[in-house]
Amino acid sequence: MTKKVLLIEDEPNIIEAVSFILSRAGLDVKTHSNGHDAVDAVRARDPDLVILDIMLPGKNGFDILQDIRADADLADLPVLMLTARGQEKDRELAKRFGASRFMTKPFSNAEVLEVVRDMVAP
Amino acid sequence: MPQSEMVGTRIRERRILAGIKQADLAGRAGISPSYLNLIEHNRRKVAGKTLLTLAEVLGVEPSVLSEGAEARLIAGLREASGAQAGHAAELDRLEEFAGRFPGWARLLVDISARLAVMEQAVQTLTDRMSHDPHLAASLHEVISTVTSIRSTASILAEEKDLEPEWRARFDRNINEDSRRLAEGATALVRYLENAPDTEAGIQSPQDELHAFLGAEGYHFPTLEAPESSGSAEADLIEAILAEAPALSSDSARQLARDWLQEYAQDARALPLPVVEAVLRKYGMRPEQILTALDAMPGNVLRRLASLPEDMVGPVGLVSCDTSGTILLRKPLPGFAIPRAAGACPLWPLYQVLGQPNLAVAAELVQSGRTEDRVQSFALAEQVVPPRFGMAAQMRAFMLLLPANPGGNTTAARQVGSTCRICPREGCVARREPSIVAKVF
Repeated sequence: MTKKVLLIEDEPNIIEAVSFILSRAGLDVKTHSNGHDAVDAVRARDPDLVILDIMLPGKNGFDILQDIRADADLADLPVLMLTARGQEKDRELAKRFGASRFMTKPFSNAEVLEVVRDMVAP
Repeated sequence: MPQSEMVGTRIRERRILAGIKQADLAGRAGISPSYLNLIEHNRRKVAGKTLLTLAEVLGVEPSVLSEGAEARLIAGLREASGAQAGHAAELDRLEEFAGRFPGWARLLVDISARLAVMEQAVQTLTDRMSHDPHLAASLHEVISTVTSIRSTASILAEEKDLEPEWRARFDRNINEDSRRLAEGATALVRYLENAPDTEAGIQSPQDELHAFLGAEGYHFPTLEAPESSGSAEADLIEAILAEAPALSSDSARQLARDWLQEYAQDARALPLPVVEAVLRKYGMRPEQILTALDAMPGNVLRRLASLPEDMVGPVGLVSCDTSGTILLRKPLPGFAIPRAAGACPLWPLYQVLGQPNLAVAAELVQSGRTEDRVQSFALAEQVVPPRFGMAAQMRAFMLLLPANPGGNTTAARQVGSTCRICPREGCVARREPSIVAKVF
């Protein structure tokens, strides 16, 4: 069964590149570029994995992550935090708020694919 | 020892400096060596003809012997001592020090002055690196663009069977991104290279706004006309912006546009003749003016801070939003205001931030700077009506005026500028260690 990935990111060319490589790898990729209603998008898309940027318009990724974890239906949903900030404090925050994995920009396509495959593996 | 009693010491120093033996000087001045010895040890007073003769023989002006070190040098030493809180300098021996070691004294004053300049530079750089939203946003933009380029380039290089339409799309993306990266990196480098003490060149949008407002004296006569409203007002604002070379970025122009619109609203609510009448009646006394004028307090404080200096004298104003981020910083000499967030939590500005009904008037002194007192008048107001489910959005203001000399003998509130350069020890509000305290 095809795994569904929801990419929440506001940079159009990153969306296009990441969507392309994940789709080519056989994943069903949907995208969302606004932080404000990102949690609604997660509920509506019902993905197997969320790839979540931190700096988003409307609401930052940490707040979205906390909202996801506060929802009983989404509490166990794998979330990969994808951010331009590689600082230790951001990793700590991501862990504290319940991120499953954390990846720092700039990343390689192979790295993203490997992590995503690992996270959606049964 | 009082200055007048140091004449003998100065004679002795000048004699030694000139390489003259005590007996020789005594002989040339027509006095006995033992008498000169008593004079040099400040055990006999010397004045009149004897002092003039000694000065002539030593080749100095009599005042150099009688008045000692320059008053300016003494004042400089006093200031240097005040700038370094926690160091118990012997203030009662300033004149003696300056008189006996004028070279060292001048060196100390120069070092202290340079330290003040460096403190300002440290403050500016610290603000930039730690709290500058423009810098953070620029770095994020550059890293995002690099990420996009790396990922797209990897697809183009590794996907051998890439369909032509996809290849064209990614070619276009990488072209766009490389241009964005070049622009972003260039702007970032220019921004980082910009010297902290220069007012020209690439700065954050907030810096550009304040450079523009400073150049105009925060006053815009064309927006004072009562008929300036609606489209006419918008045209007047655009005309001002068109003549503002300090505003080089779109963000800065938008900030300036918003500021000028608020200025025009304030001017309509409180026309210049009304403000002038109140000033004539009460003088520059914000408490009375706030009571006398029928307007929002923030409106009144902004208005007072945007009047010409020849009308009201120097007036500073700081405003911040609910997060404490400084939105406006009109400087007042003697009171340092950091460029973004991170100001001293002891400021009355933050005391009133969550309390719209509270107005605080207090005299302030900033630690680690001069002992200049400033008067502060702080209050906050809610900028949007309260709504359920939404945090209250506040705007706090702190008007700054020079303290009335000798007018208030009560202790001024000790505050800082920002923790990184504040030497105040044992401060309950300290967020982070002080660079200055560590070094000195």
